[in-house]
Amino acid sequence: MNSRPAGSARDYSIMNPSVATAPRYDADARRFVLRQALSDVLPVQCLLTGAEETTPFECDGLSAFRQVPFAVALPETEAQVRDVLRACHDLKIPVVARGAGTGLSGGAMPHADGLVLSLAKLNRILELDPVACTARVEPGVRNLAVSEAAAPHGLYYAPDPSSQIACSIGGNVAENSGGVHCLKYGLTVHNVLGLRGYTIDGEAVTLGGAALDAPGLDLLALAIGSEGLLLVVTEVTLKLIPKPKIAQVVMASFDDVVKAGDAVAAIVAAGIIPAGLEMMDRKATAAVEPFVRAGYDLNAEAILLAESDGTLEEVADEIAEIERVLRAAGSTQCIVSQSEAERLKFWSGRKNAFPAAGRISPDYYCMDGTIPRKHLGRMLRAIEEMEKKYTLRCMNVFHAGDGNLHPLILFDAHEPGEWERADRFGADILELCVALGGTITGEHGVGVEKLGSMCVQFAPAEREAFFAIKRAFDADGLLNPGKAIPTLARCAEYGRMHVHAGALPFADLPRF
Amino acid sequence: MMEAALADLRDRIVAANAAKTPLRLRGGGSKDFHAEALIGDELDTCAHRGIVDYEPSELVVTARCGTPLAEIEDTLAQHGQFLPFEPPAFGEATTIGGAVAAGLSGPRRASAGAARDFVLGAHLVDANGELKRFGGQVMKNVAGFDASRLLCGSLGVLGLIAQVSLKVLPRPYDEITLRFDCDVKAALALFHRWRAQPLPVSATSWHDGVAAVRLSGSPSALRAARAVLGGSVLDTTQAPTWWLGLRNQTHDFFRRGDKPLWRLSIPATAPIGAFADGLIEWSGALRWLHSAAPAGEIRAIAEKLGGTAMLWRGACATTRFHPLAPANLELHRRLKREFDPNGIFNRGRLHPEL
Ligand SMILES: Cc1cc2nc3c(=O)[nH]c(=O)nc-3n(C[C@H](O)[C@H](O)[C@H](O)COP(=O)(O)OP(=O)(O)OC[C@H]3O[C@@H](n4cnc5c(N)ncnc54)[C@H](O)[C@@H]3O)c2cc1C
Repeated sequence: MNSRPAGSARDYSIMNPSVATAPRYDADARRFVLRQALSDVLPVQCLLTGAEETTPFECDGLSAFRQVPFAVALPETEAQVRDVLRACHDLKIPVVARGAGTGLSGGAMPHADGLVLSLAKLNRILELDPVACTARVEPGVRNLAVSEAAAPHGLYYAPDPSSQIACSIGGNVAENSGGVHCLKYGLTVHNVLGLRGYTIDGEAVTLGGAALDAPGLDLLALAIGSEGLLLVVTEVTLKLIPKPKIAQVVMASFDDVVKAGDAVAAIVAAGIIPAGLEMMDRKATAAVEPFVRAGYDLNAEAILLAESDGTLEEVADEIAEIERVLRAAGSTQCIVSQSEAERLKFWSGRKNAFPAAGRISPDYYCMDGTIPRKHLGRMLRAIEEMEKKYTLRCMNVFHAGDGNLHPLILFDAHEPGEWERADRFGADILELCVALGGTITGEHGVGVEKLGSMCVQFAPAEREAFFAIKRAFDADGLLNPGKAIPTLARCAEYGRMHVHAGALPFADLPRF
Repeated sequence: MMEAALADLRDRIVAANAAKTPLRLRGGGSKDFHAEALIGDELDTCAHRGIVDYEPSELVVTARCGTPLAEIEDTLAQHGQFLPFEPPAFGEATTIGGAVAAGLSGPRRASAGAARDFVLGAHLVDANGELKRFGGQVMKNVAGFDASRLLCGSLGVLGLIAQVSLKVLPRPYDEITLRFDCDVKAALALFHRWRAQPLPVSATSWHDGVAAVRLSGSPSALRAARAVLGGSVLDTTQAPTWWLGLRNQTHDFFRRGDKPLWRLSIPATAPIGAFADGLIEWSGALRWLHSAAPAGEIRAIAEKLGGTAMLWRGACATTRFHPLAPANLELHRRLKREFDPNGIFNRGRLHPEL
């Protein structure tokens, strides 16, 4: 166990009531005490308290939700992270960990009375072992930087979120992020071997490691995707894998979205797990094509991108098989990339779908539900109906292979009522995801955004189990409070707002 | 409505919780040895059985805990699919609930992933008899904490795993096994070289002067890999027997009863030292060893190499599982208290204090 540094021996007991019962201190007094406590453990340049310095941290990638924090700490060492946590624990100050702030569910949105703990300065790759095929990195390392460092050894880190130039490994771990290749290579949880982190009381915990398993409960799996509610991650051991010799992609057009959805299921049913299997509808291709000139068929109702990677022989066989299945499923046109440049060109449109949405609409709202593959067509039809109901447009890009949907609802935040309509549109999509046997979030997390939808997916019994897990790690509820798990009161409120035929849908699913 | 068999289990749990008497959850009983202690009245899960849902194109199978593993594997095989983590069956009676609760993985672990990597969802009956549905049946799901993966390997200490949903995959088109006669050092060097290359390696082993590597994939991929790797091809009756013998531990090596059998889970690249008598899997990350050396010595070595050592079979004056670090044990205690405050579920099975 770590011993306490002498510098933090100050007695804060007078300022140490439990959060629930704390009288609201005068903001200035709180700021003063916190600044005192943190200046004991952080160099002066690592603590931001003025509004002009803290405002840039007011939101993450979901800018509809904003909150200026009380203060921002930017520790430079793991020991400083520990000491900051201890000080906040003693003072009962909420802490919101933050990586690169690219999250899309408001997970890193600050707490009004809390500290933002940015891990951005912990950005070193500590060790890269090309024999063991592992990398040990600090949490602030960018996702792409890992693959760049591994490239000279013919290795890479498989999870590749579209935000990979910017997003941090710590954020990836907290969200269990995926990418376009996770159908074959898995999500973050499948590619992290171990991590070290600190619970809110400043206690170090090591979960997993360089071995393939560890005794006891799988706390590593529990920590991954825990949205900064259980611990602050300070070091991660990643699995690296050899770069495939070659990759090729088939671009297939369909004159009907349901046919395209069925083609996805047909590929999987044929025993093929493509390296990537993505779908874009006509609205999405129309938005990206003028912007990136990827060569998309603008007459198609939907296009699929199916990638194969591996050895030359494998890819040749698999591409032929994919093409055969796609044609049998009714594809009107199949083009196979003939060079690496062409492959990247086909992908460029998919990878730029979000920015393209931003070009054709003042604002867009990205959803993230997952459904069984067989319902893809049905979901697209339902979204068309919702477009009429809410008089908003929605373009669809799907990680179709895993049934993960990213409908992008286009709106203008300056038009009165549009954000509210977009919000309800999104909630409707997520409710349908649950009704079709899926989930409200495949990779972006719940954050603050999907608290209401959590009430639809989970009964009180499960939500209570989530709180039980939270209590086991953080009894005072100081790490990222108010995120990821809705309270009963919150669900009651959501129920009143989204009443369907007099009842919250699915709330009354038989429990026994 | 809850099925009758599950309702019975629930009623027994509620009664045990009220009386604060421990329950010992048991599927086929094939892993009774895989326990620190077996305490309490037996709660047999076998009546709660059957595949609930299986659609090959969705790559998911959902089954009740008492379903025999063999039944699931047969059903998947009829559709050309399988459980890629190759859960070991230490007997015909092995159930899927037991396989997930134990969280063990077979020879394909190093390439395909572990049991928990394939868990998509799980139903838990907690100490109050309440049914909780975690995760789901879809590939990507980050709503709520990943409690279903937490249950995988929990050995039933958090409650009864009533139902699981597992990701399945198409069976590889083809498989061949290559054999190399070499000492253990040379074998490890081969494993390391192969791991850093894009080769369709799906399992490796070394024992008694023979390294074996299984390749899985399309015929063309296997042809290309063979040309790179060399070695001699093991014939098609011998090869599956070899891997099945490792997976289910029917091989003679695991049956030798003279000395305790240790399972070392360490980094694949850990140095080998004196190991002439052991068996290696997972490219070097799993090492089996018969040894009468003091437990403390073996554990210290494993820790020094960056891993842990489990007493797998045989008697020795020690705990079966490698001790938990104090901070981890504290989290275990708190989770146990939250899920099972009266300590009725598999008391002492995973750890003397839980
Ligand atoms: C254009 C765009 C494309 C995207 N594409 C994808 C995609 O393809 N796939 C995908 O999965 N996501 C995608 N995302 C979402 C986002 O990039 C991921 O969720 C990413 O993992 C967030 O990383 P971050 O470093 O920005 O984390 P942040 O946004 O800073 O934080 C995210 C969450 O992690 C917590 N956190 C951060 N660091 C730590 C730490 N060290 N310890 C504990 N908790 C921590 C925070 O508290 C917060 O709850 C996209 C986002 C954008 C803007």
